[in-house]
Amino acid sequence: MSAKLLQVKNLRTSFFTDAGEVKAVNGLSFDLEKGKVLGIVGESGSGKSVTAYSILRILPETGKIIGGEILLDGEDITKYSKKEMREIRGCRIGIIFQDPMTSLNPVYTIGSQITEAILLHTDRTRAQAAARAVEMLALVGVNEPARRVKQYPHELSGGMRQRVMIAMALSCEPDILIADEPTTALDVTIQAQILELMQELQKKLGMAIIMITHDLGVIADMCDEIVVMYGGRICERGSADDIFYNPRHEYTKGLLHSIPSAAKLDEKLVPIGGSPIDMLNMPKGCPFFARCDRAMKICLDEPPEEIEINPGHFASCWVNVQQMLDDEKAAGGAEEAGQ
Amino acid sequence: MSEVLVEVKNLKQYFPIKTGLFKTTPLKAVDDVSFVINAGETLGLVGESGCGKTTVGRSMLHLYKPTGGEVLFRGEKVDAQSIKHLCREMQMVFQDPYSSLNPRMTVADIIGEPLDIHHICADKNERKEKIKQLMTLVGLNTEHARRYAHEFSGGQRQRIGIARAIAVNPSFIVCDESVSALDVSIQAQIINMFKELQERLGLAYLFIAHDIHVVNHMSRRVAVMYMGKIVETGQTAELAKNQIHPYTQSLYSAVPIPDPKMSRQRRRIILEGDVPSPLKLPGGCSFRTRCRFATDRCAAEAPPFTDRGGGHFVACWNK
Repeated sequence: MSAKLLQVKNLRTSFFTDAGEVKAVNGLSFDLEKGKVLGIVGESGSGKSVTAYSILRILPETGKIIGGEILLDGEDITKYSKKEMREIRGCRIGIIFQDPMTSLNPVYTIGSQITEAILLHTDRTRAQAAARAVEMLALVGVNEPARRVKQYPHELSGGMRQRVMIAMALSCEPDILIADEPTTALDVTIQAQILELMQELQKKLGMAIIMITHDLGVIADMCDEIVVMYGGRICERGSADDIFYNPRHEYTKGLLHSIPSAAKLDEKLVPIGGSPIDMLNMPKGCPFFARCDRAMKICLDEPPEEIEINPGHFASCWVNVQQMLDDEKAAGGAEEAGQ
Repeated sequence: MSEVLVEVKNLKQYFPIKTGLFKTTPLKAVDDVSFVINAGETLGLVGESGCGKTTVGRSMLHLYKPTGGEVLFRGEKVDAQSIKHLCREMQMVFQDPYSSLNPRMTVADIIGEPLDIHHICADKNERKEKIKQLMTLVGLNTEHARRYAHEFSGGQRQRIGIARAIAVNPSFIVCDESVSALDVSIQAQIINMFKELQERLGLAYLFIAHDIHVVNHMSRRVAVMYMGKIVETGQTAELAKNQIHPYTQSLYSAVPIPDPKMSRQRRRIILEGDVPSPLKLPGGCSFRTRCRFATDRCAAEAPPFTDRGGGHFVACWNK
């Protein structure tokens, strides 16, 4: 199908540290369709940011893609040279980072930082690029854009800086926008402004968004499709409704139970027990094994395979297999009893 | 009616900021804040960064000398003298589990330090027992007493911080964004523990957080702060369905709902503009520059804090 813009197939990224190999992303697969919003959710250290960096190949020196494919319009970009990748970064795929305070260069004006990206990727002249920068700032709702382009990042508030980052990422009209925790550093009212802006721009420009966050609220707000990650692996993926209303992985279920709310004021939360996983000593089987209430022996020994539960809804959990076997047995038993 | 434990009266906390060679301008971090916390009760304090919620917590424990107003603990004024014995009653759990524990001390020393300062244990054995007891209470493995803070994960470190706070057997704890730095699954563990400890030890909390879901879950009453002032306060359930102040309305509507169907239906009230600089606060009501309902009156006079029934107080002219 041509609608599949980006396909990640069995991606594996590791960091080679003094203490040993850290399998930050271990066998990750998902598809991104044109004009859709895909959410990647997980705890810190689950490998969600590393996934984004792997796609753009901006991993730190110790990190390496050691397996799998990343297909952009059917072409494997993991095989691209550095120069070819530079054409993709910013031009086909844009990225917004978490921290708007540190991801802008403090010694250049905002205008020059946006025009730099435009000059690099399009054949506009300097004057055209400058005009485009003003236009982009207006698009993302920065007031008095003509004055703002001459300002330095420190003169702007956090929300404004994030808008500048979005303007920069969108200035070359990428097909895919990767947003790595774009609102985590912002206050809720500013977060609401930025999310609203992203939704509006997505409708207007028709790009696809990969939204990386730990906030299930943001995910529910923004995303069509969701990928839940734990310990570098996919636990579950499917539509937003599948994940929120019919979770089939024990970790997803635990995550949803952990969210506090006023409705649960007098109830106790049901937290996931135990501590986060030690990435240096990954278990052989399911990474969630040690914290799972329904863990079985097979979970310890073998990593679970991904099973399609409903069309488009996949989960990697042995409990599902067990349940299917039980159901079959029960059905068989009922038939026998009937005869 | 339960006993009033802590009373904050017209608390003001200004910080002098150099704005020129010879000029200082007061930054009004907290400006005329009053509230009461009863024994065994939790008051939630929400607001955005820079609204002064942390300063309120710190001033209450006299970590800053208040510019004006006073804090009373069981009727006794908290000042530089009285805090020396009152800190056995009032404790704090900090936001950052990484920087609030001394990396050169073992867990036993961290938890034992307040015990030593207040001469709680008669001898070494009793101290050891007490530390063990505290570690068990917060769900830490007592075998880890000789380890250092860096050997623990964020959630476990927060448990160490809590054990340190309850070591002196206080009746009031300021929890300053105590669960904000943690992942959701760990956050739920710590929230449950705060609630358990409250039931078991009869603790009262001032629970400061920017996450409304967390605050709502923890507290029966909530106060909303904006630019150094409390703009609205009321019962959690009442506030959740009936916000009166325009700032509270937009704050509550901006919180992402972790439910796709509900979040598709609701409408956010998007605030115009940015938070004003605390050095140049607009006169009158400080929210008026971002408010949809602002009138001339809002610019002329700061709105009084009035009762709208059932302990629901609001500071707004128009609502």
